[in-house]
Amino acid sequence: MRLTQGAFSFLPDLSDDEIRAQVDYGLERGWAWAIETTDDPHPRNTYWEMWGTPMFGLKDGAAVLYELEACRKGHADQYIRLCAFDSTRGVESIRLAFIVNRPAEEPGFALQRQDGSGRSIRYGLKPYSADRPQGMRYRE
Amino acid sequence: MMAEDIANTPASAAAAGGGSGIDLQALLRDTDVQGVLDQLDRELIGLKPVKRRIREIASFLLVSKARKQLGLEAAPPSLHMCFTGNPGTGKTTVATRMADILHRLGYVRKGHLVTVTRDDLVGQYIGHTAPKTKEILKRAMGGVLFIDEAYYLYRPENERDYGQEAIEILLQAMENHRDDLVVILAGYKDRMDTFFKANAGMASRIAHHIDFPDYDEAELLAIAQLMLEQMNYHLDDDGQVAMRDYIARRIRQPNFANARSIRNALDRARLRQASRLFSSERIVDADMLSALSAEDLRASRVFQDATDGPHDKGDGR
Repeated sequence: MRLTQGAFSFLPDLSDDEIRAQVDYGLERGWAWAIETTDDPHPRNTYWEMWGTPMFGLKDGAAVLYELEACRKGHADQYIRLCAFDSTRGVESIRLAFIVNRPAEEPGFALQRQDGSGRSIRYGLKPYSADRPQGMRYRE
Repeated sequence: MMAEDIANTPASAAAAGGGSGIDLQALLRDTDVQGVLDQLDRELIGLKPVKRRIREIASFLLVSKARKQLGLEAAPPSLHMCFTGNPGTGKTTVATRMADILHRLGYVRKGHLVTVTRDDLVGQYIGHTAPKTKEILKRAMGGVLFIDEAYYLYRPENERDYGQEAIEILLQAMENHRDDLVVILAGYKDRMDTFFKANAGMASRIAHHIDFPDYDEAELLAIAQLMLEQMNYHLDDDGQVAMRDYIARRIRQPNFANARSIRNALDRARLRQASRLFSSERIVDADMLSALSAEDLRASRVFQDATDGPHDKGDGR
């Protein structure tokens, strides 16, 4: 099951040129790009691991792609996303985030039912990949 | 003059390509490189050999651009450069213009200049250098990385020095990210030569060496006048003479840093002018506020040393 989080997630995966165009768009507006990775695809998992620090003071998108290439080498089997931080006063938040790398196999989520008091049922989502310890998920 | 220089070279290149020709004049106009070169001529006094080299490089790049349009050029030309010369000879200023030229010709995408020294590249402990150097490289991508006094990166007396690591990362970036960034190394000529001898890899990746000559006295005077003009000051008649004397003396003293020494001298003269005006307790007008006179310059230590007879002889003439 294909994970759909962040911008462009219902589109086919972006090519490097398309990623580059998005990055340049952000840099033109003075946003700082950051690279984050995770192997826990749960939608409530908002805190992904940082790959290096957010990249402030860049002028050209090549630098972000260079860092992304390095990240892909180390985390080819994980989700990688690019986040654009807008430091404008009053915004000071992520303006744009999109997934740029995903594992080859995405097993999806299990729907878990829990019987509550009376006949109520509580539902939960659990990624199949989360059965294994962090860092070993999605490994063959 | 430049336009003709450039126009002559390309004709043969276009002819060699056969078929459709490219109007190099039009290319020159479109990129507006001429504007930068004119600005260089206007704002930089002297430096004839440097200006000539930059014209050569500019016309070479223009021709390679034309060749590329005709499909003659396979690999982009190597653009890394080395500027050698004494302090204050305009290396940084020329690097800024170079970034501008490269940007207009489309060899760098953004055309900004990132100026760094050893401290910005080399870390303090193991594992600190690589991220630090890469950070700078990333910042310089799309523009020009200007490494001042680059030879400090290499310290042969300490084999564990982290400078070597920075050099290796730089080399890798200079090779693999040729389209993304242009590196300009700068420093004294002799030390730079030693540096290149010890780092053959670096030497072989640098295509253009430009040597910046020292200024002569007339050029320094013109520089002083240009600097003052930019700050809306001027020298009065006595001041002109004093400035000429000052330069003649200062140029023979140790630690003479060409245009930078002149700038410092002018800054001190402005200070003295301010206190002179203040102590005169007269009503001042615009002319008085902007005129530097002889006494502002002659109060300098350079003149005091010279009036001491014995000192003068000892002063390494």
